[in-house]
Amino acid sequence: MDSAVTGNGARQVMDARAIERALVRVAHEILERNKDTEQLAFVGIRSRGVHLAERIRRAIQEIEAGTLVPFGVVDITLYRDDLDRGLQNPVVQGTDIPFAVDGRRILLVDDVLFTGRTVRAAMDALVDFGRPQSIQLAVLVDRGHRELPIRADFVGKNLPTSLGEQVQVRLAEVDGQDEVLIETVRER
Amino acid sequence: MAFTQRHLLGLEGVPADEITAILDTAASFKEISERDIKKVPTLRGKTVINLFYEVSTRTRTSFEIAAKRLSADTINISASASSTCKGETLADTARNLEAMRPDAIVVRHPSSGACHLLARHLSCPILNAGDGCHEHPTQALLDLLTIRGHLGRIAGLTVAIVGDILHSRVARSNLHALRTLGATVRLVGPPTLVPPELRALGAELHTRLDEGVRDADVIMMLRIQRERQGANFFPTLDEYAQYFCLTEEAVRLAKPQVIILHPGPLNRGLEIASAVADGPYSVIMDQVTNGVAVRMALLYLLIARSKAEDALEPEALAEPSRRRTGGRG
Repeated sequence: MDSAVTGNGARQVMDARAIERALVRVAHEILERNKDTEQLAFVGIRSRGVHLAERIRRAIQEIEAGTLVPFGVVDITLYRDDLDRGLQNPVVQGTDIPFAVDGRRILLVDDVLFTGRTVRAAMDALVDFGRPQSIQLAVLVDRGHRELPIRADFVGKNLPTSLGEQVQVRLAEVDGQDEVLIETVRER
Repeated sequence: MAFTQRHLLGLEGVPADEITAILDTAASFKEISERDIKKVPTLRGKTVINLFYEVSTRTRTSFEIAAKRLSADTINISASASSTCKGETLADTARNLEAMRPDAIVVRHPSSGACHLLARHLSCPILNAGDGCHEHPTQALLDLLTIRGHLGRIAGLTVAIVGDILHSRVARSNLHALRTLGATVRLVGPPTLVPPELRALGAELHTRLDEGVRDADVIMMLRIQRERQGANFFPTLDEYAQYFCLTEEAVRLAKPQVIILHPGPLNRGLEIASAVADGPYSVIMDQVTNGVAVRMALLYLLIARSKAEDALEPEALAEPSRRRTGGRG
């Protein structure tokens, strides 16, 4: 997110290796919890959730050769609850769910779990496509401060934060390198 | 995000990055109309008024479907059923509508500039659905989306717009937007229906169909507006068809991968041969599908922008009277 940061320098809390290990562990946990991958499908939340979902999917493919789990992308912009709050809406990039959602066990993937509002919006978007058998949530970082009764099933790293801090997940696909940064943003 | 417009009154003067932002947003909205549940909750609780002073089926239906797919409530008002018959002025009608707090008003009017008048009086976004012979911006945007979808770009293309250019708001909006995005525009028709002043807007003018469509990437046919032909702009409809009806023979002069557009409704055999309208180069039905996506994108962008503005200007809410009198100037 590119909000005005007048910070005192960012602190790295995960490097590329830590991210890689966390994602491989999450992949193992997903397999352990779901036993067979038959009805499994990944849905990444734009934009970084998409890349994380692709990586976890690839990790699962390496662990259990030949397992290619279906993959979709959800853009939550049209499901946000803050149209009237004056926040800049990002460019709508579109949703692409190329498989039937009915009866699937959906693994929703995002980079940071914070208030839970993004996940709420993503679940609303998903159920517009059908009735999944279940929805599970995997995130790279859980930073706390939930505003809705939502929790993650798979967490790369629990990261206790204060509300004055900002967590930034940077991924090679979009940002050139893998790291998780924590920054203190001056209170307004 | 490059979108900064308050209203969509026309495409004249709208910069390229804003047009591209509208088209990009529209492209991502197309998927919603492919779903089983063709609806997203984005504009829930918002009200869109369709105020139509001219008959329209396609445009009005398209706007209504677009609003409904975004979960907005829509109200259609047609001039024949409204208090216009009782002598109310356009501005008074608009003020009364605004007092009911709509979130956007879509207007079609036989007088050029009617939407501009409303935009000066009202604070909610106004979308021009066609004003007189002036502009029809959503039609041009859906044409651009269709061209971009089929040919991958706009810049560098040669687009021939054929027919009654003089009375065509579709041609004007397309001319502005196509020139802004870097296309070459040829206006083709009998000399009485191709105003020479349009050369000043960067168009090439042609009075022969074969010259006009030769090597064109896109041929955009216009409807002969029989209702506006009182003043003898051409001798007879038959003679017009003889010289300007787009036949398969004429299409063969264009580029091999040419696409053919028409804003509808078709006058088969008058401006376009059935074999062409239903043929492999015709993208007329894609235009209709894209129309819904373009109108969804515009309703979303304009309403989201106006809400953001309200939230950022708390004094505007504290002083509703200022808004009501249209104090935005």
